[in-house]
Order: sequence, then structure tokens, then C-alpha cells
Amino acid sequence: MTTATDNRPAADRKPATMAQALGRALRDAMAADPAVHVLGEDVGTLGGVFRITSGLAEEFGDDRCTDTPLAEAGILGTAVGMAMYGLRPVVEMQFDAFAYPSFEQLVSHVSRMRNRTRGKVPLPLTVRVPYGGGIGGVEHHSDSSEAYYMATPGLHVVAPATVADAYGLLRAAIASDDPVVFLEPKRLYWSKADWDAERPTEVPPIGRAVVHTAGTGGRSATLISYGPSVPVCLEAAEAARDEGWHLEVVDLRSLVPFDDDTVCASVRRTGRAVVVHEAAGFGGPGGEIAARVTERCFHHLEAPVLRVAGFDIPYPPPMLERHHLPGVDRVLDAVARLQWESEWTEGSTV
Amino acid sequence: MTVLEQPGAYRPTPPPAWRPRTDAAPLLPDPEPYRMLGTSAAAGLAPDLLTRLHRELVHGRRYNTQATALTRQGRLAVYPSSTGQEACQVAAGLVLEERDWLFPSYRDTLATVVRGLDPVRALTLLRGDWHSGYDPREHRIAPLSTPLATQLPHAVGLAHAARLKGDDVVALALVGDGGTSEGDFHEALNFAAVWQAPVVFLIQNNGFAISVPLAKQTAAPSLAHKAVGYGMPGRLVDGNDAAAVHQVLGEAVRRARCGGGPTLVEAVTYRVEAHTNADDATRYRSDAEVEAWREHDPIVLLEAAMRDRGLLDDDGFQAVRDSAERLAADLRTRMHQDPVLDPLELFEHVYAEKTGQLREQAAQLRAELDAEGER
Repeated sequence: MTTATDNRPAADRKPATMAQALGRALRDAMAADPAVHVLGEDVGTLGGVFRITSGLAEEFGDDRCTDTPLAEAGILGTAVGMAMYGLRPVVEMQFDAFAYPSFEQLVSHVSRMRNRTRGKVPLPLTVRVPYGGGIGGVEHHSDSSEAYYMATPGLHVVAPATVADAYGLLRAAIASDDPVVFLEPKRLYWSKADWDAERPTEVPPIGRAVVHTAGTGGRSATLISYGPSVPVCLEAAEAARDEGWHLEVVDLRSLVPFDDDTVCASVRRTGRAVVVHEAAGFGGPGGEIAARVTERCFHHLEAPVLRVAGFDIPYPPPMLERHHLPGVDRVLDAVARLQWESEWTEGSTV
Repeated sequence: MTVLEQPGAYRPTPPPAWRPRTDAAPLLPDPEPYRMLGTSAAAGLAPDLLTRLHRELVHGRRYNTQATALTRQGRLAVYPSSTGQEACQVAAGLVLEERDWLFPSYRDTLATVVRGLDPVRALTLLRGDWHSGYDPREHRIAPLSTPLATQLPHAVGLAHAARLKGDDVVALALVGDGGTSEGDFHEALNFAAVWQAPVVFLIQNNGFAISVPLAKQTAAPSLAHKAVGYGMPGRLVDGNDAAAVHQVLGEAVRRARCGGGPTLVEAVTYRVEAHTNADDATRYRSDAEVEAWREHDPIVLLEAAMRDRGLLDDDGFQAVRDSAERLAADLRTRMHQDPVLDPLELFEHVYAEKTGQLREQAAQLRAELDAEGER
């Protein structure tokens, strides 16, 4: 599963986009395993509306990369049958909010088939969902639907934040014998990184968070995030350095399984935490994360765990979305509210 | 001369003439449900087939009454009976080859038993000790599906996958009249036709979706007519005529196996019992209606045809009834044994590997069980 790390000097490598890395992951998975089939709307000739599947139908044929009728429940439902017969389908939902017709298949069958059959019929299928806002999309093109998925036992829920993780986690998702909802932050599709598509880096296991920047003493806090909010947190951490704060950014990479160990290790180091995501705060992943952190790290916490999330409103029209999406300022404001006074008045009761 | 008539003027190309993509006529169902028993076609039926159908029908009826009795004895949480629909159940259970797949709904446990599944394992869902009691790959029977019509796209996908792999496997998917209103019914039929998947859809039109009659379910001329809109043939058959259902399904299965694509079969039958033991059918239909259907009972029809041809005498009929009693007694005895439950198994099959959360929760439950044991 793990491939060699690219040791060539950075100058020899071309920057790749997340979209390219995802396409490369699909291509490599299809080349490695004839059971891998891609299906969805416009994934064939067109290469998908985001061009992630570009070239797959040409290289592997229409039977391996299939333009389906326009019906998401049918796409996922037939993928279930294909997986029952030993294939490893990778389904593309065109947009987050277009995946909802497939919800019954996902909740009533995809998530339960292994359990229902006492492990006899696992469903190794991946549901790719371009998700989240920030691309100026009109209504139904910018939803953060992860809370629905993570509330459904039996599914893995994965969201990459970097180009390398996009490749590695998608390979891991396709290789998984469990169904994976793979959330692709569409506003990061065109983000670039120094990552060589010809020589992919290692494939991480699903369920391990990473700490992108480690705090180094002083006034420190942990920013917990995933997907499109990770770059926001990294930018906030950079800005906070000038203010004398050291912010560790935990990139969860998967909401299910949830990596309590990595998250809690960071919070125990820093004593403070803010969860950042685009999904609405009420009933969103942040509530679960804050509860888990509080249950496990209460005596290490100097302040309540705060959430910076999307407002509890239907996703706004594109001309107003910047007011909704958690940005650097809102993250830093939350960090500023983490009861730093208690440190400044050492020895006094707070 | 107008501007458009001048030499070199722009003239839009007219669109090509519209034509239907296929001829609808061959796809249309017959105006009346197809019957064999009591018609001249019955004379050509093989005695072996009739004997087999009869034995399974009688066994099936007894299975239904036994399962219903088990609900009263508290041994089944619920039982949706297929009494009156045994011809469809038996034909569906017999018509497939071993390598084929059956996709049943919750009312179709009899079809799974006819296909060879142990009835105790078929009834596991309805007893409530697990959500499914068998390995689907062992008998090539998908788990009983409770959400209506959601199993139909699975059948299409499986049949499609088999075809892609070069296997001549056919999938037979069962659905009721109510299920035809679901979106998944539509999507499954559309995918099947577009992909020319080797799948057969059998609608058991038993007249009711719990309490709602067919007239409130659809305005289609018949449910079989729906096939035409997808570009596949629709067949209408008397669902209480076991020979006719077996014949029509057999033709559809052969057609699918030979690359002819999917077929939609509507079998007109009647749900003689209430929806389940928890239902009260007197609230929405008359006894007279039920009695009329009892006269068109699948066992009555088949026995009349067999007596006409001298295929079974009184002793023969009695022998079949005796063997049905033995099966029922065996089922009763085995269902009266308490199932072995392991609460910790609840965490075993959620994922290939337990997550950290599930390991913690399993430990919690284990501690609770230990504490219970000490009390």
C-alpha cells in the first residue's frame, strides 16, 4: 500500500493540484485492481464536472468508468449490487447537495450491509462527494453535509486538506473494505502543492489525524479542523505567531474513525482548543468534537472548547457566502476568547 | 424577394424528423393476465413440474400458517404472511439456477425457503435475534429488504457486475404493488434497461400496500405497462396460477440470460391475510372480497388441474399434506428454542475493524454484563 517517498529535490517536481492528485489516485487504483469501477454522472466522456475522472474512460473503457443515468439513488443502489458481486465501485456524486437522493441507500443499506450479514457481505465502496462552499456556487452547490454522514454508524467519513492527502486518502478509501464517504473540499481542488503525480507519496491509514504545526510553548492553543478549513487554520496559526500565540493545527483527515489520541494529545499540550468547520455549528461535528475533548481532557483545559462554524442558516447565496464561511479573523477572535487572563494573573483565583 | 430568399442568405438547418426510438408494441403486456391452469395450455405442462409446484404450494401454505402461529406464541416479532401469494413465491424460488441471485423483500421468506434456505434462518429477521440469518453468498439470496424497492437497484447492479465479469448470472428481484410507487423502483428499471442488465423484476400485485388499495397507488393501465416507459417488455400474469407464473418468469430469466435484457412481470394476486399479525384488515376491506379470492386460491387452481389430468389421487394429496405437517412441526420445535444471543456481537460487524469508540463501548457493555452476572 505504501509507496516510496519522493526524494528528488523540490526543483525537479512540478506542482500538482488536488484535482490532479485525486484523478491520479483513481487512475492508479483502477490500474492496480480490475475490480475498481468508477460510476456517476458525466464521469465518462466529459471527465466529471470538475474533471477529476478525466481520461479514465479513455484508458479503461466505458465499462470501468461509466456515465450513468441521472439518478443518485440508482447510482449508489447499483453500486451496492456491484460490490455484492465482488467489485469495488467508486461513485461520484456531482455535488454535495445532489447526493441527497442517495441518502436512503447510504443509510439503509451501504452503512448496514456488513452488520446485517454478520460480516458476510462487506461493501467496499467509495462515495466521492465534492463538498463545501467558497467557489461562488449557486444554491445546492456548497453544502457541508458531513454531519449527516458521521451520524450514521457503519460509514467512514474522510476529508483531505492537502494535495498529498487527497491522493493517499483516496487510495486508502478505495482499498478499504468498508464504505467510505470521501468528502472532497471543492474550493481546494485547484490548490497546488509540491507533489509529483508520477511518484506518489505514502498512503496514510484512515483514521489518523496529523498535527500540521506544533506549538512551541508560550501561549498555545489547538485548532481542530478538517478539509477546507485546514488551510484557514494554518493561515490563522501563521498570523497568530506574530501575536505571540503558538497554535497547533490538527488536521483530522477523517471524522469517522475519529482520532481521539492525536486530538487529545495536542489539547493536553496546549490546554485550549477551537474547532473550526464550515458546516452549521448547531448539530455539527464541532459539538461532538468539543464533547469528546472535554470528556477526555477536562483537567487540562484552561478554557471551554470553542467552535467556529458556519452559521445555523441554509447555505447563503454566493455573494454573501464570505460572511458565512469561517475565516482567519473569526478563528483568531475565538482564540482570543480562550480566557488567557487566567495565565496573566498567575497565583490568583480565576 | 425577401432577405432570406437572396442568394447566400442564412438558412437554418431543420432539425431531424422525430421518431420513436423503439417500437412500443412488442413491449406491451397482454390485455388479460396470462393463465395456463384451466386452459388448453395446461395439457402441455410436464407432470413433474406440476407435482413439484403442488408440493411446494402446500408446504408453503403450511409454512405461512405456522409462521403466523409463531407470532401468537411470541416466537416471531412480526410475520408478513404470503398466504394467497404462494404461487408467486414458489415460482420465484424454483425458476432460478443455482448461480443466479434472488432479491427478496420482507414478505418473501417463502421464496427463500423454496430456493433452499433453512426456514429458521429465513425467519431470523422476523424473530429479531439479528437483522439477517444467512450468508447471502451461500444461497445467492440477498438479505430480506425492508425499505420498499431499495433492493431493486442492488439486483440491477449485481446483474450488471456479473455481465461485466462474463458470468451468465441472472438476478430476480421481488417487489410489491406499493413498492412500484417508490423512486428506487423507477431508477432500478431505468438503469436495468439502459444497461440491458440480466435482471427480472417480479411485482406481486396483491392489491394492497398495508391498507391502501392499488387504485390509490397508480393510474397506470396495469403495473406491467410501466415497463414500456423504460424500454423493456412488460408481462402480465395470473399470480395465483403457479404454472403460468413459473412459465412467464422462466421465459424472462432465459431472455435475460441470453443477453435480451430485463423484463418486468406483474403477477396479479391477493394478500389473503392482513399486512402482518399487527394489522387489522377489516378496517379497509370486506370479507366478501377476501372470500372471492379464496375461490381463486393457487392451491385450489392447481389441484383442480391435476385432478383433471389424473396426476394425483387422494392418497397422493394426503402424502403431501403429511409432509407439510412434518415440516411445520420441525419449524415449530426449532423456533421454540431460544436463540443464542451475544450482546457483544453488536460491535463486531459494524466495520472490518472496530474503531476506538466501538472498542470503548464494547468494554462498557462487557462491564455491564459482568455486573449483571454478579447480581
